[in-house]
Amino acid sequence: MAVEESYKKNNWFQQLKAGLDKSRTRVAGAITDTFSKRKLDQGALGELEAILIQGDLGVSMASKLSNFIGSMRFDTEVSDVEIRRILSEEIESILTPIARPIQLKPANCPHVILVCGVNGSGKTTTIGKLAFKWRTEGKAVALVAADTFRAAAVDQLEIWAERSGCSIISGKPGADPAGLVFNALEKTHADKTDILIVDTAGRLQNRKDLMDELEKIVRVIKKINPDAPHDTILVLDATIGQNTINQVEIFKEAVNISGLVLTKLDGSAKGGVVVALAEKFKLPVHAVGIGEGIEDLQPFHPRGFCQSLLGLDIGD
Amino acid sequence: MFQSLSSALEAISEKLEKRSAIKKADVDHEIEKIKTALLDADVAIQVVDSFAEKIKAGSIGQEVLRSVTPGQMIIKVVYDQLVELLGGEEKHELNFNAAPPVSIVLAGLQGSGKTTTAAKLANRITQLHKKKVLMASLDVYRPAAQQQLQQLGKKIDVNVLDPIFGEKPTAISSRAIKAGRIEGYDVVILDTAGRLHVDETLMTELQDVCHYVNPTETLLVVDSMTGQDAVNLASEFNDKIELSGIALTRVDGDARGGAALSMRAITGKPIKFLGVGESVGDLDTFDAKRVASSILGMGDIVGLVEKAETVVNQEEAEKTTKKLLKGQFTLDDMAKQLGQVKKMGNLEGLINMLPGAKKIKPKLLEANVNEQGIARQEAIIKSMTIAERRNPKILNGSRRRRIAKGSGTTVQDVNRLLKQYKQMLLMVKKAGKKGMKGLFDMTGMPPGELIPPRFN
Ligand SMILES: Nc1nc2c(ncn2[C@@H]2O[C@H](COP(=O)(O)OP(=O)(O)O)[C@@H](O)[C@H]2O)c(=O)[nH]1
Ligand SMILES: Nc1nc2c(ncn2[C@@H]2O[C@H](COP(=O)(O)OP(=O)(O)O)[C@@H](O)[C@H]2O)c(=O)[nH]1
Ligand SMILES: [Mg+2]
Ligand SMILES: [Mg+2]
Repeated sequence: MAVEESYKKNNWFQQLKAGLDKSRTRVAGAITDTFSKRKLDQGALGELEAILIQGDLGVSMASKLSNFIGSMRFDTEVSDVEIRRILSEEIESILTPIARPIQLKPANCPHVILVCGVNGSGKTTTIGKLAFKWRTEGKAVALVAADTFRAAAVDQLEIWAERSGCSIISGKPGADPAGLVFNALEKTHADKTDILIVDTAGRLQNRKDLMDELEKIVRVIKKINPDAPHDTILVLDATIGQNTINQVEIFKEAVNISGLVLTKLDGSAKGGVVVALAEKFKLPVHAVGIGEGIEDLQPFHPRGFCQSLLGLDIGD
Repeated sequence: MFQSLSSALEAISEKLEKRSAIKKADVDHEIEKIKTALLDADVAIQVVDSFAEKIKAGSIGQEVLRSVTPGQMIIKVVYDQLVELLGGEEKHELNFNAAPPVSIVLAGLQGSGKTTTAAKLANRITQLHKKKVLMASLDVYRPAAQQQLQQLGKKIDVNVLDPIFGEKPTAISSRAIKAGRIEGYDVVILDTAGRLHVDETLMTELQDVCHYVNPTETLLVVDSMTGQDAVNLASEFNDKIELSGIALTRVDGDARGGAALSMRAITGKPIKFLGVGESVGDLDTFDAKRVASSILGMGDIVGLVEKAETVVNQEEAEKTTKKLLKGQFTLDDMAKQLGQVKKMGNLEGLINMLPGAKKIKPKLLEANVNEQGIARQEAIIKSMTIAERRNPKILNGSRRRRIAKGSGTTVQDVNRLLKQYKQMLLMVKKAGKKGMKGLFDMTGMPPGELIPPRFN
């Protein structure tokens, strides 16, 4: 009886296995008899871990994922590409919940978006791209040049406003950014602007004074509209390594970041630190920057991201 | 709890006595931790692997200093190697050794800090080297990039080549060099547009510029926060335009800056400057020690080991040991020891330095081995008369109450201190000569102080 049951079971599994595509055999693999399966050897696991570390996932995330793969059993003939694809799917499942574009609410008038981040991460460029996207959707967009510190920061935003066809509110160099934002908010409340995007100066997260300045901008916004800013976006440079985690942590604490944009993914840096971010902070990744052009902003696409991370051809 | 604490300390002192050279097992144990620390600091994995091999080969057999554990010794070896790899004591200045105008090209990824660094260098060259500088922006892509350089030039009173709308980067560079020559400039700084090393068109453009200008300095400007990609970008730029050095920016941030090591190891090119802020004056020359300890992230261990060695007066320690062994250790001596520990500052850092700190730290903190605890103990001893300090046996209840009052503590605190003192004397008899010295060297005070009473 027992023998027959087990035979049936095995037989059933044989059939099931034959009927499933390759990527699903691993699910079966985990519960079928262990004798025909093997674990990956240390060398192969080490290589996987190295790929992940090279992609900036960080040691702890990389070893966690490679341990996960190390606990699995595979058919002896499983190829390297297949293993990477399984890993890719695993990472994709971590990232899928956080791939979420900015949700504009028409009731917010204007929908206020505060954009912040460290120096040179791509804030101003991202704002230009976002403004362009919403302009083409017919929205009335205004930009606030609240980076009153960096040389020619206002000129730069002005060019983006012109390119995207939206209005810009700016002040004198060195002016108090919070005061400027206050005026911009009052103005746009009156004139039916749909979206108001605030560009801020770059600041390193360990500069307490500059983080206070950012907090002050938020306080001033809340004075006019307690629900605003409706989005507080942190712009992250994919080229940066593990310090990104500090950036998110400290900016989040200061101004309650609601979402992320990852720029410069057109380079050879993989931006794998978002995997660690996804696990730690669960903040949505709204979009990714893939170039300096006005249209080089895309929704975050976890599958494509993971395939690039693991060196898989799209469609592998 | 006290039992386990004292046995932990005994184990430590035994270890200290026994070790004399770094063994392979020590290295194997420590190297994984160090590798992780380096990777967490964004040192490229290829670089970490080869570095680890070097450390393994280099540290086995090395003598362990008396007062540190093999683990700490290995960290020190790693630190020294890091400093060495990063260029050691060598100081890098700009090379002005060419027919004027000497040209400097700044290149790098988008947003790395090239334009800001151009202004910082111009400022430095005019102020420090008293040379006449012309800057030119070859960035025809980023909106308002040329205005940015012009505004910065105005701020530091350095001339910037007037942009001509539609002019190509190579044309701008040739115009800048010509202007430099004709108008008698010593140095021409060319600020280029940001570009990805994988962008063939823009890399070719940069090659063309360098080919034409034949710069004296070709500096790669890189964000110190850069991750694993640092090796790729540095080697690509170096292949295409033969760098003369690297400028690291945003060193004022809290990144560990492993990219510096990656780039130095991959290209062999020196890091010449550190950008430490957004203002034009925020430029430092490279300092290998500073960068090494930031990368290793264990600079406090290295520092504390060094500090402990200098602050603890060896002679004094030996005198105390002798007294202890003879049973002549008085409360005055104990106060002296407390003072020494306090002098070392940052007691928590010191505790972290102790071998096995993780395990014993909470216990030590619980046992009042902290700044306030020590201050309190010192106050108690100070409130005693000389006679009392020499002969604590005369301390009856009323004397103890007086001392407690005088030192702002409680009678229990006084009792505890006296027990610790008694404990110290007992420890000596028990331990004899074995195991005492190590602890002295390490903390500057007898082990009894670290061991709360376990009998009453
Ligand atoms: N290749 C690439 N460059 C980008 C991207 N986003 C921004 N940049 C460039 O990065 C540099 C800094 O961008 P900017 O918007 O001024 O950064 P900010 O200082 O954060 O406002 C500029 O040269 C931009 O053109 C991107 O997605 N890809
Ligand atoms: N905190 C800090 N910011 C810097 C440093 N160097 C440059 N920056 C900032 O980084 C941003 C980009 O610099 P920029 O010179 O425009 O970069 P480029 O695109 O490479 O020319 C600006 O906001 C600068 O103020 C530095 O050493 N420290
Ligand atoms: Mg900006
Ligand atoms: Mg620039």
